[in-house]
Amino acid sequence: MLTVVVILLAIVAAIFGIILGYSAIRFKVEGNPVVDEIDSLLPQTQCGQCTYPGCRPYAEAIANGEAEINQCPPGGEATIAALADLLNVEVIPLNAENGEAKETKTIVVIDEQTCIGCTLCIQACPVDAILGSAKQMHTIIASECTGCNLCIPPCPVDCIHIIPVEQNLNNWKHPIPNGGHSAPKAS
Amino acid sequence: MESTKLKHFHGGLHLDYHKDISNKNSITACKPQSRYVIPVQQHIGAAGEVIVEKGQRVLKGQMLATTKKLISAPVHSPVSGTIVEIGKHAVPHHSGMEADCIIIENDFQDEWIERNPVAENYHQMNSHELRNIIRNAGIVGLGGAVFPTAIKQTEININTLILNGVECEPYITCDDKLMQERAREVLAGADIIGHIIKARECIIAIEDNKPEAITAIQLAIDEDSTGFFRIQIVPTLYPSGSEKQLIKIITGKEVPRNGLPADIDVLCQNVGTAYAIYQAVFKDEPLISRIVTFTGSGIQHAQNLEVPIGTYISDCIEQCGGYSKDAYCLIMGGPMMGYSINTDRLPIVKASNCLLVSNSEEIFPANTEAHMPCIRCARCVEVCPSKLLPQQLYWYASASNFERAAEYHLFDCIECGCCSYVCPSQIPLVQYYRSAKSEIWALEADRKKADAARLRHEARERRLLLQKQEREERLRKKREALNKKKGKIEENEMDAKKAAITEALARVKKKKETQNIKPKNTDNLTSEQERLIKEIDQRRQTIKKITDD
Repeated sequence: MLTVVVILLAIVAAIFGIILGYSAIRFKVEGNPVVDEIDSLLPQTQCGQCTYPGCRPYAEAIANGEAEINQCPPGGEATIAALADLLNVEVIPLNAENGEAKETKTIVVIDEQTCIGCTLCIQACPVDAILGSAKQMHTIIASECTGCNLCIPPCPVDCIHIIPVEQNLNNWKHPIPNGGHSAPKAS
Repeated sequence: MESTKLKHFHGGLHLDYHKDISNKNSITACKPQSRYVIPVQQHIGAAGEVIVEKGQRVLKGQMLATTKKLISAPVHSPVSGTIVEIGKHAVPHHSGMEADCIIIENDFQDEWIERNPVAENYHQMNSHELRNIIRNAGIVGLGGAVFPTAIKQTEININTLILNGVECEPYITCDDKLMQERAREVLAGADIIGHIIKARECIIAIEDNKPEAITAIQLAIDEDSTGFFRIQIVPTLYPSGSEKQLIKIITGKEVPRNGLPADIDVLCQNVGTAYAIYQAVFKDEPLISRIVTFTGSGIQHAQNLEVPIGTYISDCIEQCGGYSKDAYCLIMGGPMMGYSINTDRLPIVKASNCLLVSNSEEIFPANTEAHMPCIRCARCVEVCPSKLLPQQLYWYASASNFERAAEYHLFDCIECGCCSYVCPSQIPLVQYYRSAKSEIWALEADRKKADAARLRHEARERRLLLQKQEREERLRKKREALNKKKGKIEENEMDAKKAAITEALARVKKKKETQNIKPKNTDNLTSEQERLIKEIDQRRQTIKKITDD
């Protein structure tokens, strides 16, 4: 009797083992979906202030538990809150070592009179937002600039300057009324 | 006068209308002024591209800014004159900010560009051609939303065209006067729209507090023999003039969330827009003027003026006899949906339907300095025409919890101001909603930009990798080629040497054979020499023996 039971259980175990083994191959998930989700919350400035060489490597580091969620200054509080929500962890303040959150959004401009056309900034730009070629004047494609400022250090003639993003009627935000009794911050 | 059973929308308010302040006089043309300021963007959508230069002379009706984008509209010169500047100028907007404007100095010649009106021939034209006329005339929705009209009319075979002459907001009478004085033209414009969208009926909706307009429109309908038009009197209730609410009243159907009226076979257009279309088709005149109500107890002679777009508000006020001693606050638009402006040196734009100069009591929206806490009385819920929960929206908007606000259908809010009006705590609810909406739009814009940046970054990474691989491949090939060449050289050299050696050997052999040469030192040896040779040979033998062992 006991042998029959053992044999039966062994057969059942073998069947389930085969099903599981097949599923692992058939429904294999390519890459880590958590990394994609984290990456989609990061601001994609590719600035490297998080100490990782871009947003995706940082997302991978968070997913592997190697990095904290508070290392992204361009994302600031909003990104930390979103990451905390996604990963179900506590909201923590921005790590000052990585830099300070910007008050206003900025982009850079090239002073075209000074530019010598060395192409160093083009090589530094992570999003290909600089146009130019050797010994030709360079310029920033303002609409593509993420304000990461990575192009500034390599410039040998210091002709790249930070300017705030222009406020216009389309990106102006209605201010929140400064009421005396507003509702408390809900989570 | 046919009447069908009307439906009701949820909520709404009965307000003091104050329409009689401004509807006594007939529409007067605004006197020509010396300077006009025309904002490049006066519509919802993409800004136009300026096609004129500073110092250039332009004619009345000439296009100043064109557009290639779909949701956009051009702007035209309201007078003939010279462009004195193209640059930033304050415009009427909630923000009080400056925007790109074209400033024209009037030469008082009133010289038009060449016009070729289509007039009655529009019956022979197809929808596409007519839409192009409307688009090039820069016509946008004149009820206040300023959405490019041609885009709105892209759906065809719409059953019902609703012509919106409700004008439910207090104080405003520009549509009322337009219908009274230009009923035939309004209907002609509606007929053109009907032709474009192939509508089967046109319902002109007018609130019952405008008897003169009703009479005028009815007279015009009676002259028409097509039976296309029908007047529909709607009871006075704010905000019946809002598109979705009006459609609900007349058809009983609700426009689906995130949908368009076209989804329920309806197109709704303002009477002012219909008139502008008439002007474009019958006179080939672009939208360069509109009727604006100047009203409120802060103005001397409240009235409706036909104002060229770009006229300074201050010039119009002057024509209305200037401010009275009660003048307290300038409101662009009506008291419910308008916004206060802090200067009258702003141009009238396509969206300007009313300028309210209020005294200190008329002023609404209420002061926003400090309001009382929400007591959750739910009066706002009762009046909300969009069936929203304003108190919940307020809660989430004030806590910057935008995700929840959006879940509570923040974007269905039409910003009519009913909730703020009834709020016993005087909470400026609509301002909270506007703020939350613009925050959500900003977040969305950031997200889009981040996505674009990610794509560009990934593309760059791919490109760099590809370049690296290509370089390596190139180097590898070069190296290989070099090695091959080197190998070949060595082989050749060896072959040549070997050949030379064999050749030399052969040569020696041949020489030996032919000349029979023998070594010279083997002849005539002395016995001593032979003995030595023997000895040496013996030693060799011994060594050989030893090494062999």
